Amino acid sequence: MFYREAGQFKTTYRADMATFPITQDRIGIAIILMVAFTVIPYFGSNFFLHAIMIPFLIFALAAIGLNILTGYTGLLSLGTGGFMGVGAYACYKLATIFPEVHILIWVVTSGFVSAAVGIVFGLPSLRIKGFYLAVATLASQFFLSWCFIRIPWLVNYNVSNAIEVPRRTLFGVHVTGPEATPHARYFVVLAIVVAMTWLASNLVRGRIGRMWMAVRDMDIAAELMGIKLLNTKLLAFAVSSFYCGVAGAMLVFLYYGSAEATAFSINQSFAILSMVIIGGLGSLLGSFLGAALIFMLPLLLPPFLGSLGLSIQAATAEHLSFMVIGALIVFFLIVEPHGLARLWQIAKQKLRVWPYPY
Amino acid sequence: MRMKGLLVGAVLASTAVIPAFVSSASAQDTIYVPLFSYRTGPFAGSGIPIANGMSDYLNMLNERDGGINGVKLVVEECETGYNTEKGVACYESTKAKNPVITNPYSTGITLQLIPRASVDKIPVLSMAYGLSASAVGQSFPWVFNPPATYWDGLSMIIKYIADKEGGFAKLKGKTIGYIFFDGGYGREPLPLLEIFAKKYGFETKLYPVPPAEMQNQSGQWLNVRKDKPDWMIMWGWGAMNPTAVKEAARIKFPMDKFVGIWWSGGDDDARPAGDDAKGYLTLNFNGVGSQYPAVQDIIKHLVSKGKSQTQPDKVGENLYNRGIYNSVLIAEAIRNAQKITGKKVVTGEDVRRGLESLTITQARWKELGLEGFGAPITNVNCTDHNGHHAAYMQQWDGKKWVKITDWIAPLKDEVRPLLEAAAADYVAKNAGWPKRTESCDRPS
Repeated sequence: MFYREAGQFKTTYRADMATFPITQDRIGIAIILMVAFTVIPYFGSNFFLHAIMIPFLIFALAAIGLNILTGYTGLLSLGTGGFMGVGAYACYKLATIFPEVHILIWVVTSGFVSAAVGIVFGLPSLRIKGFYLAVATLASQFFLSWCFIRIPWLVNYNVSNAIEVPRRTLFGVHVTGPEATPHARYFVVLAIVVAMTWLASNLVRGRIGRMWMAVRDMDIAAELMGIKLLNTKLLAFAVSSFYCGVAGAMLVFLYYGSAEATAFSINQSFAILSMVIIGGLGSLLGSFLGAALIFMLPLLLPPFLGSLGLSIQAATAEHLSFMVIGALIVFFLIVEPHGLARLWQIAKQKLRVWPYPY
Repeated sequence: MRMKGLLVGAVLASTAVIPAFVSSASAQDTIYVPLFSYRTGPFAGSGIPIANGMSDYLNMLNERDGGINGVKLVVEECETGYNTEKGVACYESTKAKNPVITNPYSTGITLQLIPRASVDKIPVLSMAYGLSASAVGQSFPWVFNPPATYWDGLSMIIKYIADKEGGFAKLKGKTIGYIFFDGGYGREPLPLLEIFAKKYGFETKLYPVPPAEMQNQSGQWLNVRKDKPDWMIMWGWGAMNPTAVKEAARIKFPMDKFVGIWWSGGDDDARPAGDDAKGYLTLNFNGVGSQYPAVQDIIKHLVSKGKSQTQPDKVGENLYNRGIYNSVLIAEAIRNAQKITGKKVVTGEDVRRGLESLTITQARWKELGLEGFGAPITNVNCTDHNGHHAAYMQQWDGKKWVKITDWIAPLKDEVRPLLEAAAADYVAKNAGWPKRTESCDRPS
């Protein structure tokens, strides 16, 4: 009754090509953005902003990066953690070599370094597919991890082998370093994530996105239609690594505050991959839903059980959340392999015909 | 539209509910002490006894004395899995409940928290781990790492080796291997090792063990067999320790020339290698065994009543007692803070002052029911947040750890200038590092 596009006529090409052609969707997204920009920072505690929202947004951005590669182009990658690390270390090097340039410029620029590295490791994708490509990207993960540990230049010869985030301000407000308040960090993260999501949404529904999807669905057919496979696949690697790189830089500069190489280990890659799978392959919304589920569940489970009156040991809660997440992954793979995004789509479809389903 | 409404409602509800979750535990007349622990993951082998010891001692104070000077302690564990990311989340979630102290129990997490401690006004106690340079109180007023730094530990080991070889002059031409956890923790002593190698003329061989490969060290030990070092020094933790001891036994490396830092001396680190581990040496700064009256109190008030997670036969093991040592520092710092401020319910700022003038004399150890348990803590002051206290060497006899030396003092004269240089370097690299503004209760 409420969610129906009947009566919304598109009279211009512009209206037809809008990102959200349905009025209700536009209102919905406006409400979500308004909540994100005003309600959450106003009502959210420091803990909620810093320990939940900021990492959630950053991981969602990394999941979008992987989704571009795996969901839209069909190239399975296990190197996400490595590419995030490239972004983080590049940002650290650039920020310490050129301290006078604004830090946010470096956060975005480091994505390009990551993209370049992504292109190099994407080269084999022209020849190999599926599991074999996964193994090749796995190699990139291990190689990059090795670099982070073994090349002391990357950490400016820090004895502890950690990168430490310098203090930087934006409009006179600390945005990185220990003095930065969760609110300042949250707004910066949110602004970057919203801008880059908007960019990605335009990318995937335009010419480039269609090329990616054509390659995903059948690369020989795509080639016959005149799509250059090499360029398309490498572009997918570049864009994906760019997103992952920015996410990695934000992770260290706006969330952790300092990091060791283990932050970008293979476990990080698997975590992002499971976000993409649970959220939904080939869906931007799915990236957010997946990140929310995988990241927030372990954090919210103990207080949730606590509020039910069950007090459990910290370690038991940890074991429990491992089990719940594992069970959820199995559940989703069996019941809804297209992930949470597909569930949302079904719900939308149901809403359209409500209350007279046919 | 309705789904959207639900979604917005859910977001609103979650923002409203989560702060309620967080702030439920802080009451006015208690002192909140969060303990970061790891009972899961590859470091659980070391983490469980430590976590047990830490929480048992504090809970025992609650049960036996009703807390510290009548103020109950709220002891809460947060599971980090030795994972830096989770540790930061733990820090954020405990911060809201006004903790008086943070125990990261991981060098990686400590490094994250060092810059935040002064901003959030919560002192960090990284007991004999973390950043060695944080011993310099002028640069790191909020970070404490007594009783000794890793650099002190290395200097004690080198001193022990020199002693066995017949003097520092005899070190010349010797080869000393260093097998270490390839992360912040294991890398910490490297600069000092280089300096010692140059100064005393011995050669060093480095065998890094990547965290992901802790349980597979055959490559490193193959190289050890090839290089034939005269001595081996180990900086290991978690699953790395028992693996290294087993591998050393397999290549028939002489165990009495294999020396670990205090974190490589868990009972479960040596036990799996069986009789082959006999002779394995590690440093230690806490007493081993359950004969101390305070440990007996833990058994009486907690373990025998089923109020503890500890298995009765594990009480008194080395790492369990290490956890007790950690909690003694916490408890004594709180007591000291109460004494200085005259307040019952102290804050993080008070406990920082308490830590800065922390003293545990021989007599005080006895009062605590822990006579001879640790070296007297006498040197912690405003400039020295470590004190560079002594440790002793212990040897595995196949069943338990046996103390084989007296207290060994570190080479403080060599270590201290290096620490100060490292602290200055840290401050220089972190532009905008705050100058110390905290006043000093005990001039050095």
